[in-house]
Amino acid sequence: MSQGANQFHNALCSAGLLLLISSSFALSGKLAIQKIKPSANPPHYVAFSRRLPPDKQFQHALDRLTFGPRPGDLEHVRALGLKTWLDLQLHPDQLTENPTLQERLAPLASVQMSVSQTVSVRPLSVIAGDLSEVKLIRAIYSNHQLLELLDDFWFNHFNVFFGKGVDRFTLPAYERDAIRRHVLGKFYDLLLATAESPTMLFYLDNWQSAGPGFAARHPNQKNRRGLNENYGRELLELHTLGVNGGYTQKDVIEVARCFTGWTITAPRQGGAFQYNDKMHDKGKKIVLGHVIPPGGGMGDGIEVLNILAHHPSTAHFISLKLAQCFVADDPPPSLVNRMTQTFLKTGGDLGAVMQTMFSSGEFWSEGAYRAKIKTPFEMVVSAVRAANANVTSASLLSDELQKLGEPLYRKIEPTGYSLQNADWVSSAGLLERMNYAVALAHNRIPGVQVDIANWQALPQPDPMNLAHSLLQQDPTAQTQAAIEKALASMDPRSQVAQNPPNAVPSLIAGLTLGSPEFQRR
Amino acid sequence: MPSRRIFLKSSALAMVGIGSVPTWLSRALYAQQSVPSERKRILIAIFQRGAVDGLNVVIPHGEPAYYALRPSLAISRPNGTEASAIDLDGHFGLHPALRRLKPLWDKNQLAIVEAVGSPDPTRSHFDAQDYMESGTPGFKATCDGWLNRAIPIEEHASPLRAVSLSPNLPRALRGKNEALAIGSIGDFQIKDGEASSAFESMYATSTDAVLNGTAREAFQAVKIVQSIQKTPYTPAHDSQYPNGRLGQSLQQTARLIKADVGLEVAFTDVGGWDTHANEVGPQPHTGRLANLLREFGDSLVAFCQDMGDRMADITIVTMSEFGRTARENGNRGTDHGHANVMFVLGGSVRGGRVLGQWPGLYPEQLYEGRDLNVTTDFRTVLSELAVKQMGNREVKTIFPGFAGPKLCGLLV
Repeated sequence: MSQGANQFHNALCSAGLLLLISSSFALSGKLAIQKIKPSANPPHYVAFSRRLPPDKQFQHALDRLTFGPRPGDLEHVRALGLKTWLDLQLHPDQLTENPTLQERLAPLASVQMSVSQTVSVRPLSVIAGDLSEVKLIRAIYSNHQLLELLDDFWFNHFNVFFGKGVDRFTLPAYERDAIRRHVLGKFYDLLLATAESPTMLFYLDNWQSAGPGFAARHPNQKNRRGLNENYGRELLELHTLGVNGGYTQKDVIEVARCFTGWTITAPRQGGAFQYNDKMHDKGKKIVLGHVIPPGGGMGDGIEVLNILAHHPSTAHFISLKLAQCFVADDPPPSLVNRMTQTFLKTGGDLGAVMQTMFSSGEFWSEGAYRAKIKTPFEMVVSAVRAANANVTSASLLSDELQKLGEPLYRKIEPTGYSLQNADWVSSAGLLERMNYAVALAHNRIPGVQVDIANWQALPQPDPMNLAHSLLQQDPTAQTQAAIEKALASMDPRSQVAQNPPNAVPSLIAGLTLGSPEFQRR
Repeated sequence: MPSRRIFLKSSALAMVGIGSVPTWLSRALYAQQSVPSERKRILIAIFQRGAVDGLNVVIPHGEPAYYALRPSLAISRPNGTEASAIDLDGHFGLHPALRRLKPLWDKNQLAIVEAVGSPDPTRSHFDAQDYMESGTPGFKATCDGWLNRAIPIEEHASPLRAVSLSPNLPRALRGKNEALAIGSIGDFQIKDGEASSAFESMYATSTDAVLNGTAREAFQAVKIVQSIQKTPYTPAHDSQYPNGRLGQSLQQTARLIKADVGLEVAFTDVGGWDTHANEVGPQPHTGRLANLLREFGDSLVAFCQDMGDRMADITIVTMSEFGRTARENGNRGTDHGHANVMFVLGGSVRGGRVLGQWPGLYPEQLYEGRDLNVTTDFRTVLSELAVKQMGNREVKTIFPGFAGPKLCGLLV
């Protein structure tokens, strides 16, 4: 809002016309963006207090709350108004889903199955394939774009490796029931769902963790002979407080003791969560200064989750990670602090935290604009969306992600994939992105069909119209120069030998989708 | 002055027909002419991610405490059977899955450093790996890596001087010196000829500071790699690389070295070592760790065999972010520990010895009552390699803040 408009607004408020003004703003879809004082942050964050002009705001919204704009998306957001559009993304149950999505997902059936069904799927690689393809199809075609981005974020936060034992057939249920269900709900519910999930219990070995004496009393239970601190550690370090969140090695052990007995019935037959009291360490525990009296049961673990889910370090760590993903690698402290406050005040309401982030001045700032380099997943999906391609099989897109260093569901370590730009900029990675862009633009990826004739239909004769439409803005002078030079040096013979109408748009599109500007969001 | 063509023919790098010879190659030509026999030494760093269980890699079979602490996991004392440790020096032995490394030990080309690790107590994989790659344990603000800082600054250096065999560039190789990530030699190119020069100029002129530098390096390297791609690779001496990640990375490294493209530093990593549960199978010498070690050892041996005499100029060092608990846990596994073991292999290694100061495994000798104690800082090992293998004496800049010993008698 300009200063003039602001003063006008204040004057009317004091005249008691607030209701009228608010509703008129709602009708116009105008977004209320919180102001921040530039002095709230150290000097190098100054760009985060420079508000984006309105036309860049629409582009920024699509860059950050979707997997990249498709043709027509920019006009749609303008027409709807930012506030309305944002509200719908934050409340996906109110947003109609893409009618073609279900049809596209139907053949990838194992993702919808319960664990008792997936356990019989053979070969297991079918599940791996389905999982990856569903993730890609959803990211490309779902209207609930923010939901898909959050699924990616939270799965990564609570990462599980597909290749570990029984996790190969429990992953679909894990993502569906533990993660997706809770991404805009309460953090505690999300945390509890992962803690009780057979997938996580198996991945971090907690299903085998037992208190003292269990082994002696049950010598036949060869796998469950004592305490395992793997889950206890990662719960504190990766899932909640963060490595600097203020816990000790002792806390790791004590937390692990609290979760003894959180196990799985018959894991290799796709068993469910089971609390086994006989495995539980019933001694007294002290976790982060809280005394958990002896003689407890499953409640010990529940209490730990409660403590962690509402801990200020958790609020800060989660807010920081969300800001790193959605705003910038090094987000301004003023924003992270406000998100932290929202987290604490609302008892960990993730929807509210997202709302704080998306109504912040820091988000809608020059500092955030185009500040993030797309991860391989974001790049591959955004290119398909920009090209408006029809995907009949996403399996080669999944292979592409392996080449780019982000194989889906295959991150071995519980840390998940990096949120930082620097980790995704490499010589091999950049070359491969360019190869992918060219292949996509020339329809050389089986299962992914680009309608090149559509590109032909764009206003001629300016070739930059196509580049503009793919980027949602003008290409840089350097990109434009490179494209023009390539067009000028096109071998006339090759134009005749191939399909003449396609050669030019494919060249432009391939160079645009592989350009430096397309690697950013 | 010998003509350029003679040099080009005699190296595997067939660049005849390319319009201009890159500056770095011109300098190399003159360097070759002045001291033809001097080949650059090469350092290969291998990171075992996940904290490999060093106590079961090099078995302290002379320690009664080892057997007391690991009733289900301990590898038995050397007795000639396939299940038992392979004796090295009467006190230590190799895990039987590493038996193919024994000949290297016997030829004094394998040295082992025991009880080596970080002064920082963290048991977080992420932080500990970060510290070991940045070379500044305990200090989080370091942006670059020790291996990049260890490369001596050189004008007109080969673009392929420092390479990571991975799709992404690891922290250890980030920094001022050019370093490339090459996922696979065959894929390292822009497949569409028309697009290639367009992209190259687009990125070279781009004002995107995050992307243009890396892209420029990539395109320079592509020109060189193109000549290697044309020749299919056959390992020498019937060497057979395992199909897994490490085997394939080392094969690519061998290929790059033999192509004489100026490679001096290579980095690769291999994961899966985080054995909290079911580290062993029904018997201690079988199971998860054994399988990983077998592939690990076979990959190292394949590389050494392939490189043959050139191992005189090559040193390999292995490392892991920390070790694992001395005592087994309740799930036939081990948890995060402290000190670990490092291997150093190559022709200049003063091998056939276990270096470092063994602290013992009795309860009072353990770190925090649970882990092998660190008696050698990992930076001591890496400093010696930087100084002697890479010819970089500036240890203060490679390992800022490190006041410990810079040599441990590893290399000749």
